[in-house]
Amino acid sequence: MTKTVTDVICPFCGTLCDDLEVVVSDDGKQLLEVYNACAIGAEKFLHSQAKDRITRPRMRQEDGTWKEITYDEAVEYTANMLADAKKPLMYGWSSTNCEAQAVGAEIGEAVGAVMDNTATVCHGTSLIAVQDIGIPSCTLGEVKNRADRVLFWGCNPAHAHPRHMSRYSIFPRGFFTGKGHTGRKVIVVDPRPTDTASLADIHLQIEQGHDYELFDALRVAFKGEKLPDVVAGIPKEKIYEVAETLKSGRFAIIFFGMGVTQSIGKNHNIDAAIAVTRDLNEYTKAAIMPMRGHYNVTGSGQVWGWQFGFPFAVDLSRGFARYNPGETTSNDLLRRDEVDAVFVLGSDPGAHFPFNSVKKIYDLPSVVIDPHETPTSEVCKVHVPVAFVGVEIGGCAYRMDNVPIETRKVVDAPEGMMTDEEFLTRVLARVKELKGV
Amino acid sequence: MAEYLIKNGFIFDPVLGIKGDVADVAIKDGKIVETTALSSPKVIDATGKTVMAGGVDVHAHVAGPKVNIGRNFRPEDKLFNCTPGHGIERMQGGFSVPTTIRTGYNYAHMGYTTVMEAAMPPLYARHTHEEMRDTPILDQGAYPVFGNNWFVLEYLKNHEIENTAAYIAWLLRATKGYAVKVVNPGGTEAWGWGLNCDNVHDPVPYFDITPAQIIKGLIEANEYLGLPHSMHMHANNLGNPGNYTTTLDSFKLSEGIKPNSKFGRDQVMHHTHVQFHSYGGDSWANVESRAKDIMGYVNSHDNITIDMGQVTLDETTTMTADGPFEHHLTELNHLKWANADVELETGSGVVPYLYSPNIKVCGIQWCIGLELALLAKDPMRIFLTTDHPNAGPFIRYPRIMKWLMSQEARDQQFDAFKYKDKVIEATNLAGMDRELNLYEIAQMTRAGPAKSLGLSHMYGGLAPGLDGDVAVYDFNPNEPYAPDDIEKAFSNAKHLFKSGVQVISDHEIANNGNKRTLWVNAKANENPQVMRDIKEKFLRYYTVTLNNYEGSGHYLRNPHVIEVDATQ
Repeated sequence: MTKTVTDVICPFCGTLCDDLEVVVSDDGKQLLEVYNACAIGAEKFLHSQAKDRITRPRMRQEDGTWKEITYDEAVEYTANMLADAKKPLMYGWSSTNCEAQAVGAEIGEAVGAVMDNTATVCHGTSLIAVQDIGIPSCTLGEVKNRADRVLFWGCNPAHAHPRHMSRYSIFPRGFFTGKGHTGRKVIVVDPRPTDTASLADIHLQIEQGHDYELFDALRVAFKGEKLPDVVAGIPKEKIYEVAETLKSGRFAIIFFGMGVTQSIGKNHNIDAAIAVTRDLNEYTKAAIMPMRGHYNVTGSGQVWGWQFGFPFAVDLSRGFARYNPGETTSNDLLRRDEVDAVFVLGSDPGAHFPFNSVKKIYDLPSVVIDPHETPTSEVCKVHVPVAFVGVEIGGCAYRMDNVPIETRKVVDAPEGMMTDEEFLTRVLARVKELKGV
Repeated sequence: MAEYLIKNGFIFDPVLGIKGDVADVAIKDGKIVETTALSSPKVIDATGKTVMAGGVDVHAHVAGPKVNIGRNFRPEDKLFNCTPGHGIERMQGGFSVPTTIRTGYNYAHMGYTTVMEAAMPPLYARHTHEEMRDTPILDQGAYPVFGNNWFVLEYLKNHEIENTAAYIAWLLRATKGYAVKVVNPGGTEAWGWGLNCDNVHDPVPYFDITPAQIIKGLIEANEYLGLPHSMHMHANNLGNPGNYTTTLDSFKLSEGIKPNSKFGRDQVMHHTHVQFHSYGGDSWANVESRAKDIMGYVNSHDNITIDMGQVTLDETTTMTADGPFEHHLTELNHLKWANADVELETGSGVVPYLYSPNIKVCGIQWCIGLELALLAKDPMRIFLTTDHPNAGPFIRYPRIMKWLMSQEARDQQFDAFKYKDKVIEATNLAGMDRELNLYEIAQMTRAGPAKSLGLSHMYGGLAPGLDGDVAVYDFNPNEPYAPDDIEKAFSNAKHLFKSGVQVISDHEIANNGNKRTLWVNAKANENPQVMRDIKEKFLRYYTVTLNNYEGSGHYLRNPHVIEVDATQ
């Protein structure tokens, strides 16, 4: 007999779907089927069942091969590496639960680490913009129940957040939105003709790198002021039309992604996007939301927020918390040789950082905590596989709208494997011994 | 557990009625006991010092989503004030929105041991509990907000008190909440469309119910259940000139309703941060104090308690579930604005604010808060708060004590105002010579709030059987002192005991205590209709499933459940 676990939370992206159903074997050791998930989410669950999964820590040998070590040895190596380092980088924290993040923050405090999460190459610019200008936002249920104007800017949920549109933004029928997608006007701003753009009522195929100008042009158009004939490759008539569409809605929502946070202008683009949203609130109701990527990158910003006061790039190396993006962000630190050890958990900088940052990780004492083999595990000295959060262990995660949801355990991890939190708790205890605190 | 004997202090305790007499306080097994019950206590010499019960804060925004928005979006709030850990203390940072760790320690340094988080969006209950878990020392509870909740709006439209009560009981359990909080009833739902409810008769868009119906209905539902605390109210029209009439209209909705609670409270409505609700005039040019009208009502109606919401003249971070108000504020001061509307439940906004002594209105606000307290006939019904951090950070409580206890201190502040004459003209404070004594301060900060919360069986006094929460201050009331000595002494307790554990020893944090999270488990009659409505709303309108909504216990490491039986 098999068992079906309902209300399962998907630990993949910031959409944090919580309606999955997972079929497991009677003994709870095997995961057989995943329902309701998108292709990526289902794969995340099923991948945990891989037969060739690595279940014990490994240490890199002189000749480049791996040697299996015990968790005790891995704890010892990690604790010593962090305790000996003058300024270790503890990076990642986005694909794990808040419980592990909280323990990690304590370790960071004990060893004087720089704590940074994946926002550093993603929505960190959004966080900086929020510090400049604030952010009028809402939960995704507000979008579902009220929004009749939906604008996607520099994001492609059809591929990156596959169930976002059906659960929250375009298709669902909510309390005041009984007509579903037919009651909504969808606008997509993207230089590419994406699958999301194919669903749009209006697709503004903006010239790449000219987002700031188009945001500003919208603000001009809201006021009915004069525009040049073409802005950012968009004819002014189209801009006036979009401005009018947004103003005439009852509730407008802007979703934005890496196309605008990491292109030219960076945080200034988001300043402008939020200013557009502020302006819209003079005419109607409007909100804006970053499409956060990892399922719990938002949570790591929250945990550090209440423990240190900053959402990313938190430098604890002077004994107190400092925050100065550009100085205390991972890539800047790595490329300036300012860190002397690298600890990675819940992220894959090997795949996402620039090559010369990855080379620095390769040159330094380094540990990666990750259930998978990744490009990062290829450049680190020690790889500690752990149980999958949200599959083999529960714990809290924050959705892209900051709503906390507790993920569920659906199957047992392979015999003898540790969880993130267990491993970190052991490291914290050992670090405290080494530091004599 | 260790036994303690705090010897020869000047005791101020409204519960025992002690007004500064020299006596001993004994602590054993976490509780206050008769001195004869001790066998070999550790003796704390409190000669020449003031001894009070641990402070109780009835209303502060210290944990949860909007507090953390305030932290994360204001790096400037941490400029030059992040400190390293030392001893058992961890790193800390922040001024108006301190980190959870600093929040716990700073309250402890003021001799406070219990702090209630004033507004918890139910959907974010986990977040609020996670932050409280990481706040050392303090006993805490959180009030879920109900005043814009769709279930409540739909039930109360037809005055369905029993259904409302059943829903409240369910939500308190699901969120591990402590009390029924109401913020701008109907107005925050209207803000879902960019609108507001300006007075108690202004109907809520679509839901076709008035704030008056919501307020009265929630008071009745609260009394139907007999919860420890009364309905906790933040009225419509906050912060606007001329709003005192809305406040009085809101007060009047409690008339004729008697408390039904086994927890010893006498009020059916606690109205919070009344300073923000006591403005006369019709514009910022002619805004004036209406504290006399407000206190005239409060003094003659003993089923109401209030707290001050005293402006402290600092740069701070305003945050409230009153979404439309924060939008109004950002239009006023043009500073950054965060808004966070919550599906089916509530909303919130966050805006930094600078209460400057160089601005007339800020001076008037400062006067109004103090007037409320100085006009109060019964200090057991008005509590010292700043609506932290809205009118100022909680670390200013000792400064407010100074202003309340010393006319000289108030005069000094008047002299520092740029528009002193205009402030005096618009207010009554300059003519008041009342100076509160420490007994009255203990009423406003200990016994009063504990009683209002329905927690006088645990907190607020030094009677045997109460929790061993005791603060010792370097303050000798019988010797001459300058006003600033008050602020200094009460900012920095010499010793503090929390549930019988010495958490501060000689001004230093000595122990992280054994913090508890208080929540109310109200048992109501089975109500199939409400359970069906809950299932329906989660199926159709929420974006989380019902089974993922209820918080599991592990967020509350040390829960203290207060059981209420409302089954009949």
